[in-house]
Amino acid sequence: MYRYDEFDQTLVEQRTAQFRDQVRRRLSGELSEDEFKPLRLMNGLYLQLHAYMLRVAIPYGTLSSKQMRKLAHIARRYDKGYGHFTTRQNVQYNWPKLEETPDILAELASVQMHAIQTSGNCIRNVTADQYAGVAADEIEDPRVYAEIVRQWSSFHPEFSFLPRKFKIAVTGSPNDRAAVRVHDIGLVMRRNQGGETGFEVIVGGGQGRTPMVGPTIRQFVAKRDLLSYLEAILRVYNQFGRRDNLFKARIKILVHEIGAEAFTEAVEEEWLQIKDGALALPAGETARIRAYFAPPPYEAIETPVRAFEAKRFEDPDFARWLRANVAAHKQPGYAIVNLSLKPEGGVPGDASAEQMDAVADLAERYSFGEIRVTHEQNLVLAHVRQADLHDLRRALEALGLATPNINLVSDIIACPGLDYCNLANARSIPIAQRISRRFHDIDRQHDIGELRLKISGCINACGHHHVGHIGILGVDRKGEEYYQITLGGSADQDAAIGRIIGPAFSADNVVDAVETIVNTYVELRRDGERFIDTYRRVGEAPFKETLYATA
Amino acid sequence: MALQVVTANRLQDGRVVYLTGAGGWSERLGDGEVAADEAETARLMATAARAEAEQLVVAAYLIEVTGGPGDLEPVRYREVIRAQGPSVRSDLGKQAGWG
Repeated sequence: MYRYDEFDQTLVEQRTAQFRDQVRRRLSGELSEDEFKPLRLMNGLYLQLHAYMLRVAIPYGTLSSKQMRKLAHIARRYDKGYGHFTTRQNVQYNWPKLEETPDILAELASVQMHAIQTSGNCIRNVTADQYAGVAADEIEDPRVYAEIVRQWSSFHPEFSFLPRKFKIAVTGSPNDRAAVRVHDIGLVMRRNQGGETGFEVIVGGGQGRTPMVGPTIRQFVAKRDLLSYLEAILRVYNQFGRRDNLFKARIKILVHEIGAEAFTEAVEEEWLQIKDGALALPAGETARIRAYFAPPPYEAIETPVRAFEAKRFEDPDFARWLRANVAAHKQPGYAIVNLSLKPEGGVPGDASAEQMDAVADLAERYSFGEIRVTHEQNLVLAHVRQADLHDLRRALEALGLATPNINLVSDIIACPGLDYCNLANARSIPIAQRISRRFHDIDRQHDIGELRLKISGCINACGHHHVGHIGILGVDRKGEEYYQITLGGSADQDAAIGRIIGPAFSADNVVDAVETIVNTYVELRRDGERFIDTYRRVGEAPFKETLYATA
Repeated sequence: MALQVVTANRLQDGRVVYLTGAGGWSERLGDGEVAADEAETARLMATAARAEAEQLVVAAYLIEVTGGPGDLEPVRYREVIRAQGPSVRSDLGKQAGWG
């Protein structure tokens, strides 16, 4: 893992001291709310329905056990005993007091964490594939570059007041687990014809009220040129992005309005000016950062691991959990383990302080003390010996973290919705809970297969509903909660925006509607077809028919 | 005109509060002073603006309510959730007996 150098540590400590003083001045009346609001937002502090909310950055979703224990401590000491892991691989606390927030930031700084750039019109926390560095299908570990981008974008003076917020996602694998095509910038590591690795650059994807799959503006940018190319993109956006209308200020609107070709030309022209300047990445510096992400000291393990294979054969519950929650690791004898934060009837992404502490312990025992947060609001232990999987599952089960449902219908992304959020029009969490209860039969979920269901409580789409195979958007209709369903969205390498299937459903009827859609798919599917495959083959007509036949 | 109460969040800890008849702020909606006409809502909002200037509360606004003194219900569901706590965590928020 990356460790702060003296500059990082000093910056974070100075910022904490600065914020402590700002809070003091706010409470004493030296600062008005209008003056203070932008300052608190720069430190991730929002005001939500019930209280303040603090959003803590988890760079590219990677945490140490020590950091996770600190998150648990903060949940207990300053909050209500839990935290909420988000689609941006961050964690949010829902009940902090303003007067205690500087203390929370000081606690975070003591473990090299902060809440800087988790809000405001700046470059936000960089997100990455949760299997980075361990995935069997990976070209190269993208965290090295996520960290380089983090350093470049932190306190970048030119990009602190962009037209709107800006989100960058990185993957090192052709199988996209980081939803890079629906980010302001998506980076996909590629190998060019000469065998050199670099980045495909995607710009102008996004969700919200104007969802778009971003176009690729360059097939290959060499590693040395990564920062200068990003800088060129941000400069073009900073200059030409709209500031007259909040809803048209994201880079996707600029790319869409002037066209990807004209946008690319502008970027390339800017890039030529700066490409060989100070931002050219020195190989030595890249190597220095890469050293932080060196693989942990794996044991040489002879495969197949007999005891593991025997357990898999003997224990059907274990086998089912392996099928859903465990992924292939590039190191022989090891595995990647997903910890589901989506138990039946639970709140997607929530973890109690006790669960956080226990996960920190398990990570130390089984996975070199490292934990990942996924944009799907689950956790990952990335380096588990196959021989330990059976014991680990048992421990996770006792904690309620072994629901074998990763990428299945109950592995739902849901935003906090109207239960917490100031922007929401309808609740998201209760719908997720009811769907997970409706599909409580885990064998049925496995039979249904991969199905990405995502719920947002308003059009800002924090719950990624646009890219759900089944997407649900909560709307307020004359004071009643209604839910609009979209089908056919996808967040992976075949990214697509879902289409609205028809009139919205009441809160009472939306779970039945989801079940009807799932049953229709099960009727229509051919061998080996996932939900999204069937939808793409047959189109929306059969779903529309079964959904609205009796309406 | 529909009955209205002024709500806000307390500056210090962000908790949901309601403007009372005595010009103070209560964590209970039932304690809220009800305005029934424009002159009354203007008077309540002026009191709220002073409280904002005195660092007591932030983001004050009017909400519609039904019922009588001591037994008020918000009209909008959003305000029901603010008055009670998250509908998915009955152990948290005002419904659990704290502000």
